[in-house]
Amino acid sequence: MFDIDKWQEILATIKKNKMRTFLTGFSVAWGIFMLMILLGSGNGLSNGVAANFMNDAVNAMWIWTGETTIPYEGMKTGRPIRFQNQDQEIVQKVPGVGVSSGRYFMGNTRYSYLKESGEYTTITCQPELKDVENLILNEGRFINQIDILQKRQVVVIGSDSKTALFKDSVALGEFVNINKVPFKVVGICTEPGSTRNRNAYMPLSTAQMIFNGSNRLHNLALTIDASTLEESQAIEDQIRNALGRQHKFDPKDEGAIGLYNKLENYIQTMKIFQAIKIFIWIIGIGTLIAGIVGVSNIMLIVVKERTKEIGIRKAIGASPASVIGLILLESIMITTLAGYIGLVLGTGLMELVNYFMMQSAGPATDQSETIFLNPTVDINIAVYATLLLIVAGAIAGYIPAKRAASIKPIVALRDE
Amino acid sequence: MIRLNNIHKSYVMGNNSLHVLKGIDLQIEQGDFVSIMGSSGSGKSTLLNILGMLDNYDNGTYHLSGNLIQNMSEKKAAKYRNDLVGFVFQSFNLISFKNAMENVALPLYYKGVPRKKRNLIAMEYLEKLGLKEWANHMPNEMSGGQKQRVAIARALISQPKIILADEPTGALDSATSYEVMDILKKVNDDGITVIIVTHEHDIASMTNQIHEIIRNGELKQFKKSYTRGLEIV
Repeated sequence: MFDIDKWQEILATIKKNKMRTFLTGFSVAWGIFMLMILLGSGNGLSNGVAANFMNDAVNAMWIWTGETTIPYEGMKTGRPIRFQNQDQEIVQKVPGVGVSSGRYFMGNTRYSYLKESGEYTTITCQPELKDVENLILNEGRFINQIDILQKRQVVVIGSDSKTALFKDSVALGEFVNINKVPFKVVGICTEPGSTRNRNAYMPLSTAQMIFNGSNRLHNLALTIDASTLEESQAIEDQIRNALGRQHKFDPKDEGAIGLYNKLENYIQTMKIFQAIKIFIWIIGIGTLIAGIVGVSNIMLIVVKERTKEIGIRKAIGASPASVIGLILLESIMITTLAGYIGLVLGTGLMELVNYFMMQSAGPATDQSETIFLNPTVDINIAVYATLLLIVAGAIAGYIPAKRAASIKPIVALRDE
Repeated sequence: MIRLNNIHKSYVMGNNSLHVLKGIDLQIEQGDFVSIMGSSGSGKSTLLNILGMLDNYDNGTYHLSGNLIQNMSEKKAAKYRNDLVGFVFQSFNLISFKNAMENVALPLYYKGVPRKKRNLIAMEYLEKLGLKEWANHMPNEMSGGQKQRVAIARALISQPKIILADEPTGALDSATSYEVMDILKKVNDDGITVIIVTHEHDIASMTNQIHEIIRNGELKQFKKSYTRGLEIV
């Protein structure tokens, strides 16, 4: 096998038959190249969308109130539903609910510090909101339980608001006036996937006390522990039932409370991507088959073309095994090399695409929504695909080579 | 050297069977210079192919250097061909993508001689045949006579006991034909048995022994009478 002379003989043959070598190699390289691009694009798309979902906790759920649309226990439709602090406790008790936070929106509130001022949305919340929305703390801390209990006048402001109000000076520990009430800045945060970090967060209890919210809540944000669509829908139904009992509305009433379940959405989207992946694989396998057929075709022609040469070689003393070895090793060598070239070019192109997308996205990559991320292929798949083509080429070459090697040299010599 | 005893060979084509060789008996000794004649389709090439183990026979026995050549495996036949026989064909049968030197060296590749050494030996043989400066030329750049000389060099390089030549002058003009015959004569002078298949009388008359396959597939030796006949004309 590792007879240098044999390889020299093969190399000499390859060198003198460039067209044939190129055609065999090209069909393999092309097949692998296309497969790499297809699978890479599929992975990139899937990774990109998955990353977008990661901006919030994948298992996040938001619940907000509306008006009833179904008559219930003698009450007419159009009755507004209002959340109060105890609703959060009810929801928290539902099995499968992870962490939860009530939220009370204050709309545009005026923030001022020294001479600077601006209007920003204030979200009043509990410490758990940080986990639901995956908030990133740039400086300081988020609202904590003691803030809630002691109704402290503290606030976490968005990074853009901080820049607008404080410029380059230190904001932590300073007091801002919110609707003329002083609050101490304890943290500066950014929201993943957002380009406008202008929301401020303050303790729910403080806001309800100072800004006359009494015990009202606008919505609830929570996480759920579910791994399948069915589980998450069961939790959703239980929440609807619990709140329906509390506020006396039909649990099936979609208008009374609104509910956005991120997990459900995530699972559905991933299902679509699974379908897309299967589709890509079907096309990829098709491309591979085209490559295999191409290699087989060329090998058949190569053996036909070499019948006379085989006859000559046999007449001067080549054994059938050495003839088959010559043809097969040549084919394996070409397909291996070409497969490798296709692999390198394919992954190279995808890396290039990746690089330029990262470049154009710039430093805001973490912040912006991307649909294409990390379009690379599992190297094992790539290697297996190449091996498959090599084996196919070898089989495609073996059958006619064996036939050619076993025909009488005199018949092979007569072949013109 | 060569002992053929009652050799039969027929070709089956569909339902028809063509009986070509009908009981050939032949003895050729080491160092003989023999020609086999016969009209087209008489089976002379078939006989040569059997002698060269390129084809097999149906009945009879064939002994080559004391070995019975019968139903042997392809591998063994290849070994015998490589060791004992050198072929010269009418259509030269050089490998088109190899130059003269590489073509000549090829039998040594199958003997396991290293590349450098076999190329050196090939150059020696090319020089012997006056083709040294053509060593790096491809077959399609050479004349018929040159190609046949390359083919003879290739047949000689493995130092065979027998050279089998199937119409070696068939594709050449008469001047080059005589050159090729001179070379084969010299080869024979070195003690190598040379067997030529031809249908040209003048070529056959240059050999020491002429066998003719006559119509019923039998072999007849007639060198003496034939030469005399030529002289009378």
